[in-house]
Amino acid sequence: MSDALYHDRIVALAKSRAGAGKLAAPTASARRDNPLCGDRVTMDVRLDDHGRMAELAHQVRGCALCQAAAVALTSRAQGRPTGDIAALRAEIEAVLNGTAAGEGDFAAFAPVRQYRARHDCVTLPFEALQAALDGR
Amino acid sequence: MSFDVASLRRQFPILSRPINGTALHYLDNGASAQTPQAVLDAVRVYETTARANVLRGVHALAEAATEAYETARADVACFLGVADDEVIFTGGCTAAINLVASSYGSLLKAGDEIVLSELEHHSNIVPWYQLAQRAGLTLRPLPVTDDGRIDVSALPRIVNERTRLISVAHVSNVTGAVVDVAAVVAAARAVGARVMLDGAQRAPHGPLDLPALGVDFYAFAGHKAYGPNGIGVLWGRKELLEAMPPFMGGGSMIGSVTFEAITWAPPPRRFEAGTPPIGPAIGLGAACRWMMGLDWTAVGGHEMGLTQRLMDGLAEVRSARLIGPSGLQGRLPVVSFVLDDIHPHDTAQILDSFGVAVRAGHHCAQPLMDRFDIMGTTRACIAPYNDASDIDALLAGVHETVRRFA
Repeated sequence: MSDALYHDRIVALAKSRAGAGKLAAPTASARRDNPLCGDRVTMDVRLDDHGRMAELAHQVRGCALCQAAAVALTSRAQGRPTGDIAALRAEIEAVLNGTAAGEGDFAAFAPVRQYRARHDCVTLPFEALQAALDGR
Repeated sequence: MSFDVASLRRQFPILSRPINGTALHYLDNGASAQTPQAVLDAVRVYETTARANVLRGVHALAEAATEAYETARADVACFLGVADDEVIFTGGCTAAINLVASSYGSLLKAGDEIVLSELEHHSNIVPWYQLAQRAGLTLRPLPVTDDGRIDVSALPRIVNERTRLISVAHVSNVTGAVVDVAAVVAAARAVGARVMLDGAQRAPHGPLDLPALGVDFYAFAGHKAYGPNGIGVLWGRKELLEAMPPFMGGGSMIGSVTFEAITWAPPPRRFEAGTPPIGPAIGLGAACRWMMGLDWTAVGGHEMGLTQRLMDGLAEVRSARLIGPSGLQGRLPVVSFVLDDIHPHDTAQILDSFGVAVRAGHHCAQPLMDRFDIMGTTRACIAPYNDASDIDALLAGVHETVRRFA
């Protein structure tokens, strides 16, 4: 059963650490904690002159699902307008709820659906990025 | 005579329930222990033959309920080695600590100090923090040693003439270390301070002799001690309880009520406003009787043998590190560990697929996580009904976790 959750793509995403770190001059940054498990995510984002997310970086002190989600989000959000974040959040939630397959690496999170206690691990990077963009 | 764990296991119906297609290996006892048939029966008998409110009615069911409730209080008192009227039923261990922080705390004044430790559960930090904010008190934490013990050598530096109370865990819910109670009591007495122990992780491991410990308050939870949820206990020295104002107002806790003046009932009634959790209290009384019926020399040997088996197994995992004492001295069977570069929740999730139930995370002890600069641990807590197969299943799951994330 755990093999289904921690399948090769999830483990690969988590271990890749792609996009991990800090931006030298972020336009916005926000940290979000999950008080139940202690996971902590900080998202940095730099916007270009057209309001697109030109650069993103994440710092994750959390589980493999949270790390994988931060990597997948950073990759998908790169170069997109800030207004797309709501759609990306809706997409990952649809994957977790089983109402959509998800595009690209978001599909890798489908097995998390049956582990409700772990949904917040996946959505925490999305919350942090939204908070950064909202200036919260 | 060796301890017959198979016989004991048969008293716990839930242990025969399969999990994820395999046997249940329940090692999350530090969060909630399982309940023996004797406790289930006691609650069922109350609910089916004596369900009524206590203390007020004159009918037969009310008499039977009151008798069962007060018998439960006597059983808890016997378990703790104290007088019946010093035992207060609360909603849990957290509620018991809040009771003291609110009631005894109301007798303290600005500038007074309360000593805690870095390894406390949040339930033994937050109520004192709230009190300190409210009343202008200062909280002073005792440091923790590298092997996860409260550093009692720091007592002379931390405890002073302003100290009014030292409130610490009898046993750490993370490291399993048993605090040096004698050192704490001696330091408190030297300055006229009181001592409260959070006994949540100690009570599940056998009867206590609180007068011999020399403390002033003791709290524990029913659900961690093989009893029902929603019940806990506060014990306090009678003279202290008598000097304390009520925690909550309501029925049952008064002497008389007029719009001009209200008088309080004596303890323990003063602190049990409203209808108490009667069934859970009766269940906890049964749990205490059940524990008092065990041979704790044999049970303790069994539990610590499993603890050694677990620690030996973890020592063979290169990336595993214990958070707590490395030996069996001065500890109980609460074992926390971390695996390099693997989050405890991932470990616990994979263990679940082996039928192994453990707790992972910060264990409501964030200052201790900061002390060790970790985000959390995986914790196994061993109970009398655990056996070698539980430990071996956990170790197999740990090896699989390491393999999965290698």
